[in-house]
Amino acid sequence: MAERASSQLLPEQAGAAGGLDATEAVSRTRLVARRFVRRRPAVAGLVSLALLFAVAYLGPFVIPWQYDQLDTNAFLSPPSAVHWFGTTQTGFDVFALTMRGLQKSLIVGLLGAVMSTALAAIVGAFSGYLGGTLNTVLLTIIDLLLVLPSFLIIAILSPLFRDHTWLVFVFLLAAFQWMVTARIVRGLTLSLKEREFVTAARFMGVPTWQIIARHILPNMASFLIIDATINVSSLILAEVGLSFFGFGVQPPDVSLGTLIGDNAGAALSYPWEFYFPSGFLVALILAINLVGDGLRDALDPNAVFQGRR
Amino acid sequence: MTAFLLRRLAYLTVLVGVATVVAYFLAATQLNPRSRYEGRNPPPPPAAVDAILDELNLNDKTPVVERFAKWAGGVLRGDLGRTIDSGSVNTEINRRIWVSLRLMLLGSILGTLLGVAAGAYGAIRQYRLSDHLITVSSFVVLAMPTVVLAVLVKNAGIGLNDLLGFTGDWKLLYTTGEITPGMDALSLGGLSNRLAHLVLPTFVLMSGSIAFYSRYQRSAMLDVLGSDFLRTAQAKGLTRPQALVKHALRTALIPMATFFAYQFALLFVGATFTERIFGWHGMGELFVESITKSDVNTVAGVTLLVAVLVLVAGFLSDLVYAALDPRVRV
Amino acid sequence: MTQVNERASGADDSEPLLDVRDLSVSFASEAGVVSAVRSVSYRLRRGEVLGIVGESGSGKSVSSLAVMGLLPPHAKVSGSVRFNGEELLGRSDRELSAIRGSKISMVFQDPLSALTPVYTIGDQLAEAILVHQDVGKDAARRRVIELLTLVGIPNPEQRATAFPHEFSGGMRQRVMIAMVMANNPDVIIADEPTTALDVTIQAQILDVLQTARRATGASLILITHDLGVIAGVADRVAVMYAGKLVELGAVDDVFYRPRMPYTLGLLGSLPRLDDDERRPLTPIEGQPPSLVALPPGCPFVPRCPLRIAKCSEVEPTLDALPRSGAGHSAACHRSGEVEERGLTSSDVFGVTPTPTAPGASQPRAQRATMLEVRDLVKEYPLTKGALFRRRVGTVQAVSGVSFDIRAGETLALVGESGCGKTTTIMEILNLVQPTAGTIVVLGRDTARMSPAQRFAIRRDLQVVFQDPLASLDPRLPIGDILAEPLATHGASAEACTRRARELLELVGLRPEHANRYPAQFSGGQRQRVGIARALALEPKLLVLDEPVSALDVSIRAGVINLLERLKVELSLSYLFVAHDLSVVRHLADRVAVMYLGKIVELGDVGEVFRRPAHPYTQALLSAIPRPDPQIERRRRRIVLGGDPPSPADPPSGCRFRTRCPKYAQELDDEQRRRCVAELPPLEARTGSDDHVDACHYAAVVPVL
Repeated sequence: MAERASSQLLPEQAGAAGGLDATEAVSRTRLVARRFVRRRPAVAGLVSLALLFAVAYLGPFVIPWQYDQLDTNAFLSPPSAVHWFGTTQTGFDVFALTMRGLQKSLIVGLLGAVMSTALAAIVGAFSGYLGGTLNTVLLTIIDLLLVLPSFLIIAILSPLFRDHTWLVFVFLLAAFQWMVTARIVRGLTLSLKEREFVTAARFMGVPTWQIIARHILPNMASFLIIDATINVSSLILAEVGLSFFGFGVQPPDVSLGTLIGDNAGAALSYPWEFYFPSGFLVALILAINLVGDGLRDALDPNAVFQGRR
Repeated sequence: MTAFLLRRLAYLTVLVGVATVVAYFLAATQLNPRSRYEGRNPPPPPAAVDAILDELNLNDKTPVVERFAKWAGGVLRGDLGRTIDSGSVNTEINRRIWVSLRLMLLGSILGTLLGVAAGAYGAIRQYRLSDHLITVSSFVVLAMPTVVLAVLVKNAGIGLNDLLGFTGDWKLLYTTGEITPGMDALSLGGLSNRLAHLVLPTFVLMSGSIAFYSRYQRSAMLDVLGSDFLRTAQAKGLTRPQALVKHALRTALIPMATFFAYQFALLFVGATFTERIFGWHGMGELFVESITKSDVNTVAGVTLLVAVLVLVAGFLSDLVYAALDPRVRV
Repeated sequence: MTQVNERASGADDSEPLLDVRDLSVSFASEAGVVSAVRSVSYRLRRGEVLGIVGESGSGKSVSSLAVMGLLPPHAKVSGSVRFNGEELLGRSDRELSAIRGSKISMVFQDPLSALTPVYTIGDQLAEAILVHQDVGKDAARRRVIELLTLVGIPNPEQRATAFPHEFSGGMRQRVMIAMVMANNPDVIIADEPTTALDVTIQAQILDVLQTARRATGASLILITHDLGVIAGVADRVAVMYAGKLVELGAVDDVFYRPRMPYTLGLLGSLPRLDDDERRPLTPIEGQPPSLVALPPGCPFVPRCPLRIAKCSEVEPTLDALPRSGAGHSAACHRSGEVEERGLTSSDVFGVTPTPTAPGASQPRAQRATMLEVRDLVKEYPLTKGALFRRRVGTVQAVSGVSFDIRAGETLALVGESGCGKTTTIMEILNLVQPTAGTIVVLGRDTARMSPAQRFAIRRDLQVVFQDPLASLDPRLPIGDILAEPLATHGASAEACTRRARELLELVGLRPEHANRYPAQFSGGQRQRVGIARALALEPKLLVLDEPVSALDVSIRAGVINLLERLKVELSLSYLFVAHDLSVVRHLADRVAVMYLGKIVELGDVGEVFRRPAHPYTQALLSAIPRPDPQIERRRRRIVLGGDPPSPADPPSGCRFRTRCPKYAQELDDEQRRRCVAELPPLEARTGSDDHVDACHYAAVVPVL
């Protein structure tokens, strides 16, 4: 009974009973953007993210040091005008190192999240919609991957990408990230499948893949977007974890994980070696989480409107 | 029903089996135990190296399938094989799971209780100052990777010790290990010593839990706060606080309880970062060490254990769900 | 002004128990301030039943929640609500909790979500008692059993330990009523108590409500959109529109002498069960206004044929009518005129003549067969348990159904939930071989169709769904929604756009709105889009699943008229499923009544409705409340007991025997044995060949 005033009287619904008035067609994207912009923490997160991006990629052009360049005049020197973040024991500039690491994290997060969410969406949607043997096979694969300890597997495989591009590593990380989402996508597909507009399309003769691409996946776009943002921070942290123990990014390349790992012990005596990389890592995760939270509120506003914003 | 249970059990066993096989083959083909013996100075004669590796079932000259068969045979008898240091994998794991449990139990329980309370409170006082404080702090804590938090806390602990003048052997807060060597574990002094060693790592583990549970509990509570049965409870004559505690909280706790049940089974798996930073010799440490030491048998054994625990965790969580939610009864 | 609070003195009969004055409620929302309730005033006397009638957005529920003090904290409430002389608004939560549940109690619409899922029924009932009365747990337990017996729940001791999800909808609502009775309140507020229930269960629950009133002596405020229910139960009626009371009076006055155009239109737009001819319905154009930033003047202006300039400037107040009985007031500037001239709804709103189909005169047997269903069977495995999913039985959703539809004809499948009507049409639409039986669509057997044939048939067989909100993809603009069937079957993009415009005009919408999203349309408009989409490929047979049940009452007439017009203009045949028999009476040529997977009666709609032969049809017709107080109060009702059996475990022989009043009261043991042992075949037993029924002892009982 869609028209009945629901027992949970949402003011938005009460207002919407009026049907077509003089309002122009507000596209959903604009509506979401408007809601997002209203929340200050979310905007702060987005701005911080943009700044971190800028610093990570433009920063290295501003200073005269490369990340793998030694300054034999300054070993373990604290932050100064020459070396903004100080230097390490061997003479590397910490700022350059941090920026290089930050770049890595950004790539891991964004590329990995896109891969992971896309895979989860496709597997989950087809598995849920088609059912049958395909569903059983895919679910078994998902269960298997969930049971395998990803940390161990990726760590064991780390020598493989020692000689190749480190993107193999990103790929592996994403390969162990998509399973839980796929299960949820499957559940969402199962319930969307029974929705009348999907049945209507089926009874029109629309082929299966078109139904999934046109009706099912767009209607869980909010969930997919939110999940992608969560994946970004999970992947970044997974990379840090592996690199910390030496199983991820390999020397001479650096990531925030390797920096933290190498310098955790020295945190008391030479704090700049540890706190700058970790500080940037925390800032990055925080910014992503704020944006993710803001997106979640903008896409599916459940909170009662207080009239104060 | 028994047929169903048996089928399910069979499926789970197959899963564990496949996972273990995959792990073994990957480890056996990618890791290099030989380098551990050859890297010594002076290098031992090749024959001797071969002999040791054979004894430990780690010889890369033996075909993988043969090594696996030998290992699998041992597993079926309950023996997970030998470690690369000629010890027993069984003994290692056996000792370490209890270390990990001791490390994590207190933090997990405290973290859950405090987190749930904070989340419920925040939901009830939505948008007030207390809610904002709780949300913001959980945000910041959640954004901190465990390792960073651990280092911070450890250094803070050291700093506190110095500040309070505990510079000798006896400290207020210990930052390394589980117990001061030589102390009798069961004496009063020993117990308090253990506690002093636990404070800092528990704090680290707790923070993550509190942040997690408070956010999810808050959102679960918010969902329930808008529900019809809460309104019915008030219409019956319960005051809002009464209705919230008796009806809303009880229903919103269900998802949290299932999370906790899941986590509980995984307490034995340990925490890699916390153990590394605070020097506890638990399963988390074994994880990492087994790879750096190229200890194939340990890797396989650990994978087997983790796979079993993950499945137990899932089962436990389903069980708790069915116990708490009458709509889901078997 | 405070009055004497105690209700001990008998002379208080004329003092209002509940006195609501200028109650106003508003919320802040994203779009602006929503004025949900605007200056509502009414009085409730002791022992009286007040019916509040309104559609969605009228504010009827919000006003009652305001009386109970159950609105969310950000709602702004003003005005006065006096109960027994004491002011309720502005009191603290603690003070109000003492009144809620003991002096004023409320029954809500959806009993499943209204009961806490984790506590047993007995515990929740006991809680209602223990919160207000200082009695021991045992005494509370005894009272719980007493209450459950009063509301007619069998095996109360056992059922008290069950959880809400183990009860059927009707049983749950009885529990809610028991909860409301527990402390003998003075006022019971029932907010749409039967809307979510099947019509025979609704009849039961209305009876239970009357029992509750008698047992507690309480006054009742009944809030609903169903005018039939109001006609049978209420003493006084308040009609709400856009947050205001627009008419208030004794039930006979409001139903027979409405004076406000909205009430006139509402009553005129209702399809009636006892219509002999196809009386044309008078629809009210447009839809209820948005409650955000209402323009000045009367909110009904955009839809009112009687509007004058003054109506858009000054909002009319609820004034007593000069000539009608005491206590009849209306909020219309021209109500005096309406009264004087005795205007009826057809005078005010005009009448759309019912079009007649060209082939209607041709006898049925000579027309082409659009759809033929023979002995259709559909069964599902029944699984139980979320932890360990296993099969525990078979749901016999459809057990041998046969009917056919000829060109230009409309067949309605009616029945309550679980009868299998929706499953039947889904089987037909799926175009696959059913569990058993045959389906022949436009001459082709579905069991022998190739995928290409299936694809081609889809052009001629289309569907309109029940819930317009759910049947349109919310992410696509309606132009794309309309183009989808065309594009799928190979039309060019240009042809799609052109046809989309044509279709929008055909169903009475503006073609310029093709780039808008479904959420921006009202329910009635969305349903028109759904109908337009179904017509895109020029089908011959249209299947409709409860096409108007999700729409507001005043909008239904418009869509019903549209469907009739289209049927004639486009030479369509309809198969539609409904549980609302008055709509069926209006739209259908033939009707098939289903119960628990079988057809129990089939024939021409006038014939079946005027001369029902099967006891279930008789009960069904009897259970439907008529929006006519005199008739409703006098007629004899047939109320079925109990709940429908589970389709997974149907009774042997005649499936209706467990609830059949004839079986229970009129048959002897010998005859009953036959009902238990032998499945009654569908045969013509009433004299007319075309009218068949499935009862061994069928006898026509004119219910209407």
